[in-house]
Amino acid sequence: MLDIEDLAKSFGGVEAMRGVTLDFPASSLTAIIGPNGAGKTTFFNLISGHIRADRGRVVLNGEDVMGRSSLEIVRRGMARAFQVASIFPDMTMEDSLIAAVTARRGELFTLRRRAPLPAARDRAREILDTLGLSSRAGALSRNLSHGEQKLLDIGLALAVDPKVLLLDEPTAGMGAEERWRMIEKVHALWEGSDLTMIFIEHDMDIVFQIAQQINVLSYGKVLAQGTPEEIKRNQDVIDAYLGKDHHHAVAEDAR
Amino acid sequence: MGAGLIRDLGFGAAALVFLLLIPAFGGGAGLNDFLIYVAAYGLLALSLNLLTGYTGLVSFGHAAYFASGAYSFGLLMQSGEVSVPVAFVLSVGFTALMALVIGAICVRLKEIYFAFLTLAFQMMFHSIILTWVSLTGGDQGLMGGIPRPVFWGIDLSGPESFYAFCMVVFVICALILRQIVQSPFGHTLRMIRDNPERAVFLGVNTYWAKLLAFVLAGAIASVGGILLALFASGAYPEFAYWTMSGQAIFMIMLGGSRVFLGPLLGAALLQGLNHYITGWTEHHGLVLGIVIVVAVLGLRRGIADFALDWAQSRRERRDAPADPAPAVSGEKA
Repeated sequence: MLDIEDLAKSFGGVEAMRGVTLDFPASSLTAIIGPNGAGKTTFFNLISGHIRADRGRVVLNGEDVMGRSSLEIVRRGMARAFQVASIFPDMTMEDSLIAAVTARRGELFTLRRRAPLPAARDRAREILDTLGLSSRAGALSRNLSHGEQKLLDIGLALAVDPKVLLLDEPTAGMGAEERWRMIEKVHALWEGSDLTMIFIEHDMDIVFQIAQQINVLSYGKVLAQGTPEEIKRNQDVIDAYLGKDHHHAVAEDAR
Repeated sequence: MGAGLIRDLGFGAAALVFLLLIPAFGGGAGLNDFLIYVAAYGLLALSLNLLTGYTGLVSFGHAAYFASGAYSFGLLMQSGEVSVPVAFVLSVGFTALMALVIGAICVRLKEIYFAFLTLAFQMMFHSIILTWVSLTGGDQGLMGGIPRPVFWGIDLSGPESFYAFCMVVFVICALILRQIVQSPFGHTLRMIRDNPERAVFLGVNTYWAKLLAFVLAGAIASVGGILLALFASGAYPEFAYWTMSGQAIFMIMLGGSRVFLGPLLGAALLQGLNHYITGWTEHHGLVLGIVIVVAVLGLRRGIADFALDWAQSRRERRDAPADPAPAVSGEKA
């Protein structure tokens, strides 16, 4: 579904992405992990067309979309949610979803009818339902809780009817309990659809619990890729990333 | 037809009937003139708010389209070649074309750069008016009066029929604007206002959406200019001066940008203050300034927005008495 070949990007003299090759099969659920500054968000920015890569290929659903604008890439089936929920603060949750669905349906320039168009409204309500947000449909987005805003951000991405969905730290800024509720929703969303889902996550427990496949980035390169079991045993990963936690855990045990 | 459209049409019809009945119930010529002013400036402010309040584009050069409507209509009528409706349509069309060309350049830019480029184009338009004396009359304005030949059995030379004409045109234009902001396109504009980057990632071509909004706003502003040109029986360079755009922004700030009719309220207040204050002091700019400072610092938003927030927070308090939810404070100013 999504093939990345030799993706590279430098900012000034800093090589943020140094020839990353990754493959995301259709309907897979993949986690991207890595220490801070590993280039995870940059990776999303590059493949979604937000930042132009220096070289490489991004093949989405059989078509090379490298060099295309984010607008064109969205229309070819890639949507994303952001680390800091990117929503429409002065619109209600329902209105913003309806507007997003309307845009997806190519009716965003319709002047002679009234919003909401019935089909868009129905789809928006479906999304609210899927995410368990229906009771807050009429609330202004700015007044939503942090978790609701993160869900709305995912809901907006769903409104695009994507084939590939990029989630940048869906659990960012949440407490332990809320994290699990969030990730269960994300997991259920993936199970109930044929979405190819890629998510960035810091919480190792979460990653090992739900991801089918894990890619470890470090300093702009792929350090390792494999199933959760393989990653847990991978010596490079343990040294570079899990090591700290591991030592930490050992130290905790010793105390 | 949806319930929203029917409600708006009903409201528009009721407002029109009310406005048309004012002369019959003792409204003097002074009041009629005042309402025509408010209608003309109201269209300027309401159309600017399509950009400012709904799209998040603060244009400092909106009066260029107001003036373009006034001058092109005046010139067409003075040519004696065309009837009022034809001149009307051509003036609006010409202004829309001008807005398309200027907008195509301006809407690429953001925020203050957009504001200053629109202002620059307006000043250019203003200097063209001043220097092309043979066409526009320069700083004297378009002299010689604007003829009002009878069309479709309507004679605009009488004050009553002219007043009625202005009110009908105003209400129709306000309803068109209302339809725009309540359409799916209007909601696309709100997305762009709130978070343009996100809109792009949802597949919104923000450039074309902003350009269309710019053209529509310019076209409606030109109708305001046409009404004022007819009323003043001339067109003047002041119509295209930057202070005219500034006044339109004041009207929005005073009246409010998040309630559809807020800018109209601002236009009425500003015109009212102008009329009233010039009656007893020469320093009307000083008084206006004080009123605006008080409104901005005291309410921190337009009057209609203030009322909206007050009603919303009251409703929220009633709906959730136990939950001390933060009051809605949608300050956009």
